Amino acid sequence: MKIIVALKQVPARDSQLKVAPSGKWIDESDLTFEINEPDAYALEEALQLKEKHGGEVIVLCAGPERAASSIREALAKGADRAIHIEEDDLGAYDTLALARVLAKAAETEKPDLVLTGLQSDDLGSGQTGVVMAELMGLPHATIIMQVELAGAGLRVKRELEDGWFQFAGMPLPALLTIQSGINKLRYATLMGIKKAKSKEIRRLTAADLGVPPRSTVTVAGIFAPPRMKQTQILDGSPREAAAKLVEKLKFEARVI
Amino acid sequence: MNGILVVTETGLNGLHKMSLETVAAGQQLSRELGQPVSAAVFLTAPLSAKLDRVYRVQHDLLSAYTADGYTAALEALIHQADPAVVLFPHTYQVRDFAPKLATRFGQVLISDIIGVHEGKWRRQLFQGKLNADFLPQPGTRVFASIQAGAFRADQLEAGAAPEEIFSPALDPSLLRQKPEPPFRESARAVDLSAADVIVSVGRGIKEQDNIPVVEELAKALGAELAASRPICDNGWLPMERQVGSSGQTVAPKVYVAVGISGAIQHLVGMKGSKTIVAINKDPNAPIFEVADYGIIGDLFEVVPALVDEVKKARG
Repeated sequence: MKIIVALKQVPARDSQLKVAPSGKWIDESDLTFEINEPDAYALEEALQLKEKHGGEVIVLCAGPERAASSIREALAKGADRAIHIEEDDLGAYDTLALARVLAKAAETEKPDLVLTGLQSDDLGSGQTGVVMAELMGLPHATIIMQVELAGAGLRVKRELEDGWFQFAGMPLPALLTIQSGINKLRYATLMGIKKAKSKEIRRLTAADLGVPPRSTVTVAGIFAPPRMKQTQILDGSPREAAAKLVEKLKFEARVI
Repeated sequence: MNGILVVTETGLNGLHKMSLETVAAGQQLSRELGQPVSAAVFLTAPLSAKLDRVYRVQHDLLSAYTADGYTAALEALIHQADPAVVLFPHTYQVRDFAPKLATRFGQVLISDIIGVHEGKWRRQLFQGKLNADFLPQPGTRVFASIQAGAFRADQLEAGAAPEEIFSPALDPSLLRQKPEPPFRESARAVDLSAADVIVSVGRGIKEQDNIPVVEELAKALGAELAASRPICDNGWLPMERQVGSSGQTVAPKVYVAVGISGAIQHLVGMKGSKTIVAINKDPNAPIFEVADYGIIGDLFEVVPALVDEVKKARG
């Protein structure tokens, strides 16, 4: 089975974010970047499917040069090769335009299965996978917690709300968006890191794929959210702060 | 193109609760834009709201949800009704089909919005650390999904609406997903919604071996222990203790969030709590946007001190 995993590089989770002078994106200098967490679970699922059923795992990633570090990490974990769509300014592409770029690149591989995370930790629009499926003419399912091969197709477990789940079948090829927690993530081994150095990374640009930048929706500005509540900060040493909180819990919330 | 179309969601027991919030949002936008507002309702769920029209979307192939079926049906309805704005509740189901539907019209869904002001659609970035205003190209159809709680169902203007049956032409071969009936994993042994006090733990706890640190606090306070999703994903606490959009929704007297940054998926499950306490080392963590009391510091120092102080106060 040939599996493509679309993954995104995002600022590390604990990053302190500052709005860039343009007011339209964050200041990316001084940030460290990592694989978007749900995409890491998608990669792990692909690697496990390959171990069970054979085949090939291809990483697909659009991003500037720095994204190469996340691609290397995916190769070190066991992906076979990668396609890096190297673009410095992805801000000029809205979700639809970027999904076009990814779909074009994915189509050249004729994959049996395309996996990606259910959403990104930065933009969080949760759409790239579904839009890719539509553009590629593939059936899809989202927020997936289990993937099984069933005959010539798939049987997948969708997470619904409030603790409900549902199985659904669909033919291959297909696209799935993977929920965090579907599996246990592996670490790259030293051997894996060594091997990754000789694995193929194909570099392309969006222009090579014939997809021009386009935005039907543009960012007017980004800013820190206003506080909904006036948080009373209890300061002092840990002990002093704890004592102040106990006062509040006892005399205001009345739960002690 | 004119007017607003609200696509509602029908759950296992009638309309999904976020459907009414979305109808309220549609009514508000209708007043602001001076344009009519209609709603699409699947199955036979009752809806009483002041609307210009209710479309009852009916077809045998729509009795169980599929992304392919819903997309095809709504594509046909949008062609007929020709709305300028299509609104959805930002539910799991909507996340499954609305991006596909918007793509059919060459548009991008503006997802999970928290408000709309003067043509700018506001949504959160970086798990709630920043907000962004998005501007659709003028003259294009807007597709937007609305975050839980961003509009209030009690602001809904009650009333009636002329109903129209909309039966799209659907071909069974269009529906590639074959859904099975929904199920619950197991009977829930833990009902967090009954607890007066909840101590909830997030990524800040760093590793499973540290869980007893917060267990001690829960014990001292006579509280139920809960967690944000990543803790349950890692198997450090059982899934049934998860609070948030994929877990339980709680509103205790006191909710103590320990090492929880406050991603929206978590906030929707607990922001109705009467008093919220946040203990976090990051003063910019979104959890402080909803907290009544905050302690900025290392939880491994603060929580043991708190356990001592609680025990002291209890005598």
